[in-house]
Amino acid sequence: MDRDGAPTPDQALLGTVLRLGDNALILGQRLAEAMTHGPELEEELANANFALDYVGQARMFYAYAAELEGGGRDEDYYAFRRDGHEFRNLLLVEQPNGHFGDLTARQFLFEQFYLLQLEALARCADERLAAIAARAEKEIRYHLRHASQWVVRLGDGTEESHRRMQASLDDLWRFTGEPFAADDVDAAFAAHFGGPDLPALREPWRERVAAVLAEATLTMPADEWMDGGGRQGRHSEHLGYLLAEMQFLQRAYLDARW
Amino acid sequence: MQDENWPLWEVFIRSKAGLAHRHAGSIHAADAQMAIDHARDVYTRRSEGVSIWVVRSADLVASDPADSEAFFEPAADKIYRHPTFYEIPDGVENL
Amino acid sequence: MYTQGLDQKAGKGEAQAAESAERLAAFQARVDAEEKIEPKDWMPEAYRRTLVRQISQHAHSEIIGMQPEGNWLTRAPSLKRKAILIAKVQDEAGHGHYLYSAAETLGTSREEMVDDLLTGKAKYSSIFNYPTLSWADIGAIGWLVDGAAIMNQVPLCRCSYGPYARAMVRICKEESFHQRQGFDIMLSLARGTPEQKAMAQDALDRWWWPSLMMFGPSDKDSKHSAQSMAWKIKRFSNDELRQKFVDVTVPQAEFLGLRVPDDDLEYDAASGHYRYGEIDWEEFIQVLKGNGPCNRQRLETRNRAHAEGAWVREAARAYATKQRGRRAA
Repeated sequence: MDRDGAPTPDQALLGTVLRLGDNALILGQRLAEAMTHGPELEEELANANFALDYVGQARMFYAYAAELEGGGRDEDYYAFRRDGHEFRNLLLVEQPNGHFGDLTARQFLFEQFYLLQLEALARCADERLAAIAARAEKEIRYHLRHASQWVVRLGDGTEESHRRMQASLDDLWRFTGEPFAADDVDAAFAAHFGGPDLPALREPWRERVAAVLAEATLTMPADEWMDGGGRQGRHSEHLGYLLAEMQFLQRAYLDARW
Repeated sequence: MQDENWPLWEVFIRSKAGLAHRHAGSIHAADAQMAIDHARDVYTRRSEGVSIWVVRSADLVASDPADSEAFFEPAADKIYRHPTFYEIPDGVENL
Repeated sequence: MYTQGLDQKAGKGEAQAAESAERLAAFQARVDAEEKIEPKDWMPEAYRRTLVRQISQHAHSEIIGMQPEGNWLTRAPSLKRKAILIAKVQDEAGHGHYLYSAAETLGTSREEMVDDLLTGKAKYSSIFNYPTLSWADIGAIGWLVDGAAIMNQVPLCRCSYGPYARAMVRICKEESFHQRQGFDIMLSLARGTPEQKAMAQDALDRWWWPSLMMFGPSDKDSKHSAQSMAWKIKRFSNDELRQKFVDVTVPQAEFLGLRVPDDDLEYDAASGHYRYGEIDWEEFIQVLKGNGPCNRQRLETRNRAHAEGAWVREAARAYATKQRGRRAA
């Protein structure tokens, strides 16, 4: 910390990298969980590609975090040896898969944000992070195209699919304030590394989301109460179970290597 | 509504710039955008492609195997269309 | 193998009567000359039916086979292992896909084949009705089950039916990493802590015999092999492939320092083969009949996913119809 309590540049960089890694890992874990339950065989392959991309991104972010932190940590330390309150992912990404409409809505809302975030990060002053972001950006551009198309198909498909898709959006909407609520880590990262101004991303996000929802004949939910806290380590109950399952082997066999 | 398959599409992939698109297989998809996505996700998992074509299988017209004698055998005896038909005398180069 | 139910179920010489001896002879001559048969070529009905059954069973096995391994996707013990397992389970979906596509060229829709799977009418490899109880089972499946599958699949790359042969070429190419990653998991465990080594031994104990059963009934009980051999759909007998598998796998187990759970296993220097004990065919028959540890669960899971996806598939069709209408207007 600086004397005034603001994060130092090192802390801001590490904090940002870990938050990115946590988002990617938790979402990758959710998508892996959805495997073998897809609505059609071809979608099964698509979903697995997305899961792989996210796990791959998490590994890149964590490997970088381990280097920044030193002390012999590795990517698996961050994934398997931390408790819930140490995870700094958005509440949105830890939400359960639900049905295909729920999963699609979650991916769509998050990836609309994540793409904007990555575009900005790819221009930040930390070269290593910028390079990882540039690579991830390409992957997410494809994910988002896929998710957007499904929002449109389900929204403008049958009466049932329209109703389900609208309900999924309404249900998840309360998690769409958190990505844009900057805290002191984000402020320090923006100040020292030219990182994204998160609150400023909200308007372009709204425009992009609105365009897809309009095509999908869906109604943009009203901004009412917004949930938050994930990025500060205060999570929904869902995260604990996700971690218990994911970390089981590493926790049960402490001295084992896999 | 009956739960019938999405229509079948044939997938053609260009493996790298400079090569022609080649038939890779088929996929099921409800619409053209989905067909392109599915072709990408099913057939290019190991960087097998740089470009994809899809066409609805129902729109593909094929020759009939019953016609194959009439179609393809007449070409077989026109060996003078191949360069190896011609004997080149020793000493002649660049031909 | 992945199509082990076939040997017992295929009918005897049906439908051939209606086909002229001349056409059949011409067809056989093409097969004998190692020509590939392509979708629109004339073929005996029994050849077509045998292929549809075999290829769709193979496809179903890939799809159901995603479940036992998928069971550990969320619990893989490192990020690297997780990524590898996701890729592998995805490949299985891809392989099921290639195989359904190959079978579709014979005039049977994927929908019909999937229906047969969901209603329990179609068979799939009995190996996938065994549970994956520990992480070592993921290693054992890659090493043993994929190892056994490769034995069968490599000769299928030369199958007389073109689309099936081409699908198998692609599958074999992609699968080459599957067995290695399985062995790699076993190696880490065998060289790990005593608990890890015990985990690996336990997995071998449970997966060894079911893996041998994957090759199907012994040759003396496999009635349909001769016709499939003549048609060059099958190139080696069940027992030949099983022997080959035992011969290559036993030394690998020794390298791992694990014990193959067969008291009768011994090396016969004269023949250069390992002699192995009697397979419990009663267990095999029971699992094929639906009484394996996970038969019901596997089918229920598949049925649930299919039913839960119905509204999604329908929505996509409805949207496509609307789009076509809009473009036409």
